[in-house]
Amino acid sequence: MTATLEVSGLKTHFFTRAGVVKAVDGVDFSVARGEVMGLVGESGSGKSITGFSILGLIDPPGRIVEGSIRFNGTELASAPESQLQALRGNKIAMIFQDPMMTLNPVLRIDTQMIEAITAHEDVSKADAWARSRDALGLVGIPSPEERLRAYPHQLSGGMRQRVAIAIAFLNRPDLIIADEPTTALDVTIQAQIIHEAQKLTRQTGTAMIWITHDLAVVAGLADRISVMYAGRIVEQGGTDDVIDRPLHPYTIGLLGSVPTANSRGQRLYQIEGMTPNMLALPEGCAFAPRCRRASDACKTEPAIRDLAGRRIRCMHPQVETVET
Amino acid sequence: MSEVASQVAAEVPASRVETPFQRFRSEFFESKIATAALILLVTIVTLALLAPIITPQNPYDLGQVDVLDARLAPGEKAFAGYTMWLGSDGAGRDLYSAILYGLRISLSVGVTAGLIALVIGMAIGLLAAYIGGRTENIIMRIVDLQLSFPAALVALMLVAMLGKGIDKIVLALVVAQWAYYARTVRGTALVERRKEYVEAAQCLGLSNARIVFRHILPNCLAPLIVVGTVQTASAISLEATLSFLGVGLPQTEPSLGVLIANGFEYMLSGRYWISVFPGLALLFTVVSINLVGDQLRDVLNPRLKK
Repeated sequence: MTATLEVSGLKTHFFTRAGVVKAVDGVDFSVARGEVMGLVGESGSGKSITGFSILGLIDPPGRIVEGSIRFNGTELASAPESQLQALRGNKIAMIFQDPMMTLNPVLRIDTQMIEAITAHEDVSKADAWARSRDALGLVGIPSPEERLRAYPHQLSGGMRQRVAIAIAFLNRPDLIIADEPTTALDVTIQAQIIHEAQKLTRQTGTAMIWITHDLAVVAGLADRISVMYAGRIVEQGGTDDVIDRPLHPYTIGLLGSVPTANSRGQRLYQIEGMTPNMLALPEGCAFAPRCRRASDACKTEPAIRDLAGRRIRCMHPQVETVET
Repeated sequence: MSEVASQVAAEVPASRVETPFQRFRSEFFESKIATAALILLVTIVTLALLAPIITPQNPYDLGQVDVLDARLAPGEKAFAGYTMWLGSDGAGRDLYSAILYGLRISLSVGVTAGLIALVIGMAIGLLAAYIGGRTENIIMRIVDLQLSFPAALVALMLVAMLGKGIDKIVLALVVAQWAYYARTVRGTALVERRKEYVEAAQCLGLSNARIVFRHILPNCLAPLIVVGTVQTASAISLEATLSFLGVGLPQTEPSLGVLIANGFEYMLSGRYWISVFPGLALLFTVVSINLVGDQLRDVLNPRLKK
């Protein structure tokens, strides 16, 4: 399998008056055709900025300072805006968190969908309309002809997110970046949306990056997981490995704080402290001040290394869980 | 899953899909005052449009104006035989005819100036909001500077420099008013461009022009419509002010302001009607536009919804 997207050494920094915010600071990953990669992390860990960097939508004072983003063999990090604009919505599509906000409230669904097609392809309006209708059918929207005539406020949240997914798949993209697409939905709708997304990636061979803070969501969906903390990937590997046998203390903490049927009546595990101030990151390992396993060795920056079939950035990984 | 889907489908029957315009219309007519104002406004506009058909005299045609009819009181008969229900002015013009013809001029000057100012102000405001940075600063400081002078003063100075005539007064009104539109549009556009649908549109690879005009602009229309109606009313009264002061329209094209000014000298001799009737016509026009504008603001502003 060749990789659709290869990101290596990506650094996106924001040059604010208060100092340089290293929102993304050396991120590597790749996504293959038909593969779903879960990008997991807390708020402010840089996962969304990673997504926007791929699309080239970083606004000043932010900018990609280093690294390469290779999409189907083309370098995007240094590509001109016109080339990126041609890719956006066409070969690389995005799905956002809040479906209430991402559809224009004053335009009908058909207008917005047809526009998404005609922006990239020279097709007649009737053809674009037919394709929009089929796309709505594909994501499980009943009587798509009627929905096309509707305004966004006439649809429920789940419906709108389906429309957003349909728009993302309209131009048969090679890569979809989904930025917390199910966070604003209730659990049953969440499950349906995840199911649809998974089905579509399998059918179309689209690669997908699923950005979320919810490990439970990616556990059932992603093929591989990258866990981000303070702009860096701290653990990366196959979903089963990472979920069942986490190595990094941060991943262990995240997993421990998910309520399960077994933890009923017990206190939930909590990662101590707060996410670090991105302007004043601790020296060495950014997670060390909150880590139970931290030692003096953590004062120096841990390099990313291969361990037990995955990549990890930690001085004291919990190898016991792997060996037992 | 298909069960869920059919439930959702049942929620929104196709026949009851209400367009935003239909909802807006039913909310607008909830207020009796606004409905009455709209009816009054439509009546005034219709009368003005039909003036050549329904008036007994063309006040611009000197052949139809008889000096012997000068200063007739309301209800007296003209030399030509018809009744002058609102009297006549110092030159023998039938006031009823003169007011309707004057309304045509006042309304067209106000609406033309309002529309041109709206288009120019909207374009500049959108540009400022979307480009941002130094361009925005320069544009908005010019707007601030202009708005710190009363509109009447700006228009008065311009007309004094340019001279009389419809085109010149329209130009003066546009210059005096574009800044209101620019400020309004920029304010709303700044809010709108931060919204996620703009980001989503960027992610769809749409061009900047398309995002600005197709996505941001329609979302800025509500406040623009409100400012547009209020500013049109103020353009009409501003034109009347300038004409009253003698720097607006010439005597040969009498707008309401000119008519009021003509009758002013007769006020003390008891011939009130020459000024009062054109004045009432102006009052009703401006008040009805403003009442309609108020209701538009209430309907279009989501924060004022119950």
